[in-house]
Amino acid sequence: MRQVGAQLRDVTRQGTANFALEIKDLLMQFETPQGPVVAVDRMSVGVEQGRFVSIIGPSGCGKSTVFNIVGGLLRGYQGDVTVAGTRMDGPHKDIGMVFQEESTFPWRTVIDNVVFPLEVSGVPRAERYDRARSFIRMVGLEGFEQRFPAELSGGMRQRVAIARTLAFEPKILLMDEPFAALDEQTRLLLGDHILKIQQELRQTTVLITHNITEAVQLSDKIVIMTYRPGRLKRVLDIDLPRPRTSEVVGSPEFGAYVAEIWKDLREEASRGMQDAEARSRSS
Amino acid sequence: MTTSFRRRDYRPAALAWASLILVFCLVEALIRTGVLSVYVVPLPSSIVAAIPRVVAEESIGRRLLLTGGEALGASVLLIVVGTGLGILLYRSRLVRAATENWIAAFAAAPLILAYPLFLVIFGRNALTIVMLGFLAGLAPMILKTVEGLSIVRRSLLNVGRSFNLSEWDLFWKIHFPAAVPTIFTGIRLSLIFALINIFGLEFLINFGGLGQLINELAERYDLPGTYVAIGFVILVSVCFFIVIERLERWLRPGG
Repeated sequence: MRQVGAQLRDVTRQGTANFALEIKDLLMQFETPQGPVVAVDRMSVGVEQGRFVSIIGPSGCGKSTVFNIVGGLLRGYQGDVTVAGTRMDGPHKDIGMVFQEESTFPWRTVIDNVVFPLEVSGVPRAERYDRARSFIRMVGLEGFEQRFPAELSGGMRQRVAIARTLAFEPKILLMDEPFAALDEQTRLLLGDHILKIQQELRQTTVLITHNITEAVQLSDKIVIMTYRPGRLKRVLDIDLPRPRTSEVVGSPEFGAYVAEIWKDLREEASRGMQDAEARSRSS
Repeated sequence: MTTSFRRRDYRPAALAWASLILVFCLVEALIRTGVLSVYVVPLPSSIVAAIPRVVAEESIGRRLLLTGGEALGASVLLIVVGTGLGILLYRSRLVRAATENWIAAFAAAPLILAYPLFLVIFGRNALTIVMLGFLAGLAPMILKTVEGLSIVRRSLLNVGRSFNLSEWDLFWKIHFPAAVPTIFTGIRLSLIFALINIFGLEFLINFGGLGQLINELAERYDLPGTYVAIGFVILVSVCFFIVIERLERWLRPGG
């Protein structure tokens, strides 16, 4: 394992690289009754084509704000968010989003959920169902095409959501803690699915998470954020072999990466906890 | 898992019918032993025996059609106008804030007491009954439509936005289907209000359908016949609720 401590980078210097997604000097401020609150402060990150990047930080660090800005759901930011050189200003066909919350359509079967983005973009019926079937196969849900989400487990429903987003054929897959509501074992196994898909499609992926093991298991690069306001604390390359499976969690290198990240995150998480306690006392 | 999910379970229906028969037998026994007076509640066996007579002599078919038609008219008006107004109210925060409490108060108003006004406006005909039924159910229909649209999960709408859907597509492909269960709760609720008022007004103004039949049979002290007519009223309600349930399943499969 490389000396991870030496990998702290000034990512703004990566500007010349050919990034699939580039976040440059991102600043997002919200107006509240108590005055303006800076959610994300001058953050810069570059994501290379075909790479898996995780953005990790404690609760309240602005991860979801970054997710919503990159996905085009949140506007009014300062700085630049560009996808293949185009500045993001609203939802973009190159970005596919998978949400933390349950987001499958309960009134549609699995296949009709996956078909949805193809249906709204006018793909002919036969073709869209063929394409949907291949993505259902890819997430391991073959045989469940005619089931409704209510008949599936939480993990299966998230796989439907992932297949639906993949069917949109985005250049960048953006996921916001998609396995947050699942137990650890299911989370590890779903991680295997994600790794398989990423390796098969060479899909550029950005994962927003607060789970260190999940981030190390899946990523090529991990971006660590500070607690409020969300700043870039550190960028860490994960030099674990690929193709990768959940078995990697047992390796000493994996443990070392987890420990290294926790060292950085612990301080931020403690600040977050103290802040929450102070707010509880004053309210 | 597949079979247990899809196999139709007949036990609830069997339990419902068994309970009904048991209640009938119990009432029959209570009357025959003198605990209940036969002048208050007729023997269930005499009610059953009165069915062919009422059907043959009281133009049940015509009355069912008339009451059913009035209920259908009121329901269609409720669904179209109530849902439409609910959507408008949902989309205009100002109008919603200004009127929501009034609409809620309107839902509690005993509208049937205003029937003389409806008679003056529409005359003594089916239209009066349809309009009273419609207005009686309108408030819950509007309120539940607004509620249904308001509680749709943001993540579902964000999925649509992330796929770059137009406002029109976002509403009709995600927002509205997601709100359907609550809107149908509103339809059921408003249908209860509407049917009560329809049967009640037919009874009050002695016009047309099953409400009038109950009135006539009660005036003739034909207790078994009155209960048969009440049974037909329940039948109409049950039919409407079955149709509404089917409609909901068709519009919103998957539960």
